[in-house]
Amino acid sequence: MASHGIEVKNLYKIFGPRGRDFVQAVENGLGKGELNEKYGHVLGLQNINISMPAGGVMVVMGLSGSGKSTLIRHINRLIDPTSGEVLYDGVDVCKMSESDLREFRRHKTAMVFQKFALLPHRTVLDNTVYGLEIQGIDRDESVKRARHWIERVGLKGFEKHYPNQLSGGMQQRVGLARALTNDADILLMDEAYSALDPLIRVDMQTVLLDLQKELKKTVVFITHDLDEALRLGDKIAILRDGRVVQQGTGQEIVLAPADEYITAFVKEVNRGRVVQAKTIMKPLTGSPEGMPIADDMVLEAIAKTLTDTGQSQAHVVDANGRPIGAIDLHMVIAAMVTPTSHLTQAAA
Amino acid sequence: MAQCSFLPNLFCNFPAFDENLMREFKKSVDLSFKAFVRSYGDVLTTIMQPLQWFLNWLQDFFVNTPWIIILIGMTAIVYLASRNMKIVIGTVLSMLLIGLVGLWNDTMITLAMVTVCTLISIVIGIPIGILMARSDRIQSIVNPILDVMQTMPSFVYLIPVVMIFGIGKVPGLIAVVIYAVPPMIRLTNLGIRLVDKEVLEAADAFGSSNRQKLKNVQIPLALPTIMAGINQTIMMSLAMVVVASMIGVGGLGKNVLQGITNQFFTVGFLNGFALVAIAIIFDRASQAYGRRLQKHSEVIHG
Repeated sequence: MASHGIEVKNLYKIFGPRGRDFVQAVENGLGKGELNEKYGHVLGLQNINISMPAGGVMVVMGLSGSGKSTLIRHINRLIDPTSGEVLYDGVDVCKMSESDLREFRRHKTAMVFQKFALLPHRTVLDNTVYGLEIQGIDRDESVKRARHWIERVGLKGFEKHYPNQLSGGMQQRVGLARALTNDADILLMDEAYSALDPLIRVDMQTVLLDLQKELKKTVVFITHDLDEALRLGDKIAILRDGRVVQQGTGQEIVLAPADEYITAFVKEVNRGRVVQAKTIMKPLTGSPEGMPIADDMVLEAIAKTLTDTGQSQAHVVDANGRPIGAIDLHMVIAAMVTPTSHLTQAAA
Repeated sequence: MAQCSFLPNLFCNFPAFDENLMREFKKSVDLSFKAFVRSYGDVLTTIMQPLQWFLNWLQDFFVNTPWIIILIGMTAIVYLASRNMKIVIGTVLSMLLIGLVGLWNDTMITLAMVTVCTLISIVIGIPIGILMARSDRIQSIVNPILDVMQTMPSFVYLIPVVMIFGIGKVPGLIAVVIYAVPPMIRLTNLGIRLVDKEVLEAADAFGSSNRQKLKNVQIPLALPTIMAGINQTIMMSLAMVVVASMIGVGGLGKNVLQGITNQFFTVGFLNGFALVAIAIIFDRASQAYGRRLQKHSEVIHG
């Protein structure tokens, strides 16, 4: 099954009984505060245009109240938009009939929730088969598939446990297994890891990245944590007050934050884990020197390789092993340090 | 009155409707209801006939089966429901005591009545509760009706019931059900409304239909509350059997009624305590069963 991307176009969500009446006004510049004070409507999302890559991880980042959870719920239409389109494989999810929508949710999407949302009266195994059960798939077949994914997320042996008997991290593994068992193309993760403690969170990120390498699903991941966004996202969109402030790859956001708001976020980021060799290399002059470095290697890894081998010079090679640039330890360290301009900008 | 000297008469004596008008009103309502009973009473009685048969059959079954078999059966049910030896021993002891003071047969009649009332209340109450939970409009219509059912003195609604069905078990049954069904409806509604919104959202996200949501999520998660409703219904039916005895329901209630009218102190209390004993047996067994259903919610992980 080839993955398809998701196109979100001109999406508006205004909460309140007469939301539709205010779309025009918001388009013409009516602000969130004014809309709430004067008309008692809450602006959830405004003019969202995001193209989510097929088979890639799209991270939507924002603080609480930025509309990120509202946005992800438009993709499987747990929330109806006020206006706009959500296109998947050329079909507008927002215009689907009730039964088409149910089929879409059953076969094309699977969702993981911040607070796990497991069925407390069902065992791990029975929770995992839930999606297949809803689809009406034969019990033996569902159990077989469910066991496979329970094992993949590292819960083998816990099939007969109830959610309450598991720790938060383990419960979220059940949530992930439940979503993966559905074998849907789209995986929606709504702050899936936000309730977990930091070590387990990193652990679960690794689980997701490993699985994604072979599954190549279209993942939409919601988070409020920029480090998580940078680690997971092939593409990142940053939301603020229901509006996309910036979207692009992690590197693009870290190196060229669109405004002070994002700059303030970015200055706390460990740049060594985001910026890649090809971004800072200088053009090759003469013959390639030192050891070869892959062009998508991050600075921290380069610094470690160079210091481990006691070298200070290296050359950058592309995916085919062709030399395309040069790099040295000094450049690497300079690029890992947060630029002064960002610091002063953020302080101002 | 002194104040009336300076108040207009209108504010002093309440301007009630004309007495003749009220008399006419009462008369015409009474007459039309009597006409209704004359034309449809038989039909309604026929409709309720199966209930009468079922009740008679169950009562005969309880009364005619040798007491030792009933006692063993009851003990087994209580054990299977509660898995608690204390409750089982309490059941056996209190049933033996009831038998010793000569109230076994009356207790069996009451037991049959309460069983049927509880079953009917569950069958009526759960679907209405589900409908109520689904729609705020239905809730706003049903709630005041339930308020009336619970606060209206039972003697008042006994009047039309007796007019239609006469004296007997079925009118008693209807009176008890009217009194006992509201907690069943209310707690089913409450239980379903309290189901965690996140879990419901998850069920939606996986494409559950309404029926699937009800079966897989709402009913199982509302079950503890629904069980509390069943428990309340049982308690209220037991409380009502005395009132029902006034319109021809036999059993412990009838003895209590005789105790009141003849000032038989001992008879009153013995029968009263027999009622209390079965109430406690039902209550402990059904609550222990409810707790056992919820075993999965015990937090074992810290």
